[in-house]
Amino acid sequence: MSDTNANSTVAFVRHDTIPEREPPLGERGLIKWLRENLFSSVTNGVLTVLSLWAIYLILAASLPWLLNGIWDAPSIRDCRTILDGARGGCFAVLTERWNQLLFGFQYPSDQYWRPTLAFILLFVAFAPVMFYKLPRKLLIMTAVYPFLGYWLIWGGSIWVPVFAAGGFVAGYMVYRQFITRSFAIAFFGAIVGAFVFWWIADFITPVLANLIPIELEFVKSRQVGGFMLNMILGVVCLSLALPLGIILALGRQSSMPIIKWICVVFIEFVRGVPLITLLFVANVVLAYFLPPEANFDLVVRVIIMITLFAAAYIAEVIRGGLAALPTGQYEAADSLGLDYPQSMRLIILPQALKISIPGIVNVAVGLFKDTTLVSVISMFDLVGMIRGPILSSTDWNGVYWELFGFAALLFFIMCYGISQYSQWLERQLATDHR
Amino acid sequence: MKKTVFLGALTVAGLAAGASAAATLDDVKARGVLNCGVNTGLVGFAAPDADGVWGGFDVAVCRAVAAAVLSDANAVTFVPLTGKTRFTALAAGEIDMLARNTTWTFSRDNDLKFEFVGVNYYDGQGFMVPRELGVSSATELDGATVCIQTGTTTELNLADFFRSNNMSYDPVPIETNPEAQQQYLAGACDVYTTDASGLAATRANFENPGDHVVLPEIVSKEPLGPVVRHGDNEWGDIVRWTLNALISAEELGITSANIGELSGGSNNPEINRILGTEGELGAMIGLDGEWAKRALMVGGNYGEIFEANIGEATPIGLSRGLNAQWKDGGLLYSPPFR
Repeated sequence: MSDTNANSTVAFVRHDTIPEREPPLGERGLIKWLRENLFSSVTNGVLTVLSLWAIYLILAASLPWLLNGIWDAPSIRDCRTILDGARGGCFAVLTERWNQLLFGFQYPSDQYWRPTLAFILLFVAFAPVMFYKLPRKLLIMTAVYPFLGYWLIWGGSIWVPVFAAGGFVAGYMVYRQFITRSFAIAFFGAIVGAFVFWWIADFITPVLANLIPIELEFVKSRQVGGFMLNMILGVVCLSLALPLGIILALGRQSSMPIIKWICVVFIEFVRGVPLITLLFVANVVLAYFLPPEANFDLVVRVIIMITLFAAAYIAEVIRGGLAALPTGQYEAADSLGLDYPQSMRLIILPQALKISIPGIVNVAVGLFKDTTLVSVISMFDLVGMIRGPILSSTDWNGVYWELFGFAALLFFIMCYGISQYSQWLERQLATDHR
Repeated sequence: MKKTVFLGALTVAGLAAGASAAATLDDVKARGVLNCGVNTGLVGFAAPDADGVWGGFDVAVCRAVAAAVLSDANAVTFVPLTGKTRFTALAAGEIDMLARNTTWTFSRDNDLKFEFVGVNYYDGQGFMVPRELGVSSATELDGATVCIQTGTTTELNLADFFRSNNMSYDPVPIETNPEAQQQYLAGACDVYTTDASGLAATRANFENPGDHVVLPEIVSKEPLGPVVRHGDNEWGDIVRWTLNALISAEELGITSANIGELSGGSNNPEINRILGTEGELGAMIGLDGEWAKRALMVGGNYGEIFEANIGEATPIGLSRGLNAQWKDGGLLYSPPFR
């Protein structure tokens, strides 16, 4: 290029490049960003100003209330005395009733370490299920956790959960024995095996509990409350509802008419009834049909009802996933010579479940929030604690925003966490449509 | 109406199922714990404190009965119940007695097959309005929006009162007292109506109690009392006379301060009979001689319980009013211990 220039007769040729200059003020840095994002047109400019004004109003109202809050006072009247007319929240209720909000008001206070430990172990147990890159050996912890968690929270003799777990092991042994012959024989054999084991264990447990007494103080279900109850209901019901929902969804697609109609009737019935009705049934109506001595645990009754409710919804979500799979996938499984359980386990369900993740998470978040409904049947979950004992104590009558704000915060953390995890999982599993 | 029939039918079914459990006293003694139904939370009447220990005016009745029967005021399992679940819990045998500010009415006594053993608080339904509304009488409330707790007698009284005065109103149904308080303060309703005791307690906890007035009209009788199931008169008698012992003790001047001294014997034969130093009253209701003494040692007599939980020295600040002894112009009148 320079050669051409040297031989030509143009009057002026620049031989050095012009030094780089800063872009004009309106095209760089903050101003550029503002112009592009906030004031790109008159309408947007007006909207930006209005939004800023709205944000200012919200902060002006809430910040003094938050920052000026009282964290240490014995009652709302003392809060008001300390504030002396100034704006400020009475957060002292949270510090004074902290344990009650988390554990309910009847859980023995010297045993708080137990639910706390169970909560921490919950993450250890869930980790290998949620993050499949973790070592598979951690799954042992997941299998042990339901029994360990039960023992930690409710206490009693350790032999009860140990033998309960033993029943599952026995069932699995039977399953392993017969699986080579037929899935159906193995499956029902496993159920029979487990029940026989439990029937025998029923005699051994009391003897063993006397001989080798390893036990924690027994806590009755009625004494379980606070956010712990929401966590228990949410985690247990979801863990049970997911497999049940898969079975129901497969059953609804079954070609066997009886199984199909049982599943259809169940799903349609449960979806057609409000959860609160089911809870009332669990709490009030069942009490009439059971003899007074039959102390069928209220928490168990509620867990059953919420599980059935969630399972029906999850079944429909998964049915959507199954319907979205091309028929070719089913035919491909058949042409490989896989039998029904194999084709479902290896080909169909992995794909269908992946499609269903957003829907399942939607149900999970909804279910977790629905656990607060138990406050209506006089159980003291987080909301029940606030609505009942705390707000009607003489000391804290009238503290609404602080308490319900705290409840909202706890639920937001949990639900947002679930939602973020599901999005991460979707990205991890995005193997197609790239 | 349909609901009542349904509940009644359920109750009958429940009674049939629980017929074997007639001897409540034996059940309680065998269990070693009294199951007592209380409010899920009503200021001054029933609420657990920061340590989870129940306290309040209704709770004191449960504790007195537990002390009389089991010699231990803490041998009580408090079963918190809402307005909707209280009767089913009692009918189903989940609780032995209900002390949950429950109004004694004809249909509850007969249709629901319960037994009201007495009255521990004479209440009446009142109205509270913001002062700035400028209302001075409940008869000026035509067209008002009213916050009202569902499933209670107040709901029905309100309808009766407005109908008999040819007025209309707009109900705002709510579930619990704290909820009502919030709705009322937020301006969701012009008027809050519930039992006058509840209104006073609610108002006392407002930031500016002076901005609200309780109207002078009391539109209903609300005798609140402990309830037991039909069909076990021995148990009903125990609860009834424990309550009467609390009331009589105040009339006769037995307090938690002087009970030790009086149980050594006194000149008043009725005091001696209550405290078991004279006569065989305890044996007549299947308990030992010192049952009433133990009940009184828990929280003192009726007046002491009242003052400690809801009286004028507490933030709730209720005056005795109708709940004074008959000698002081109130309605408390216990049959004699003879």
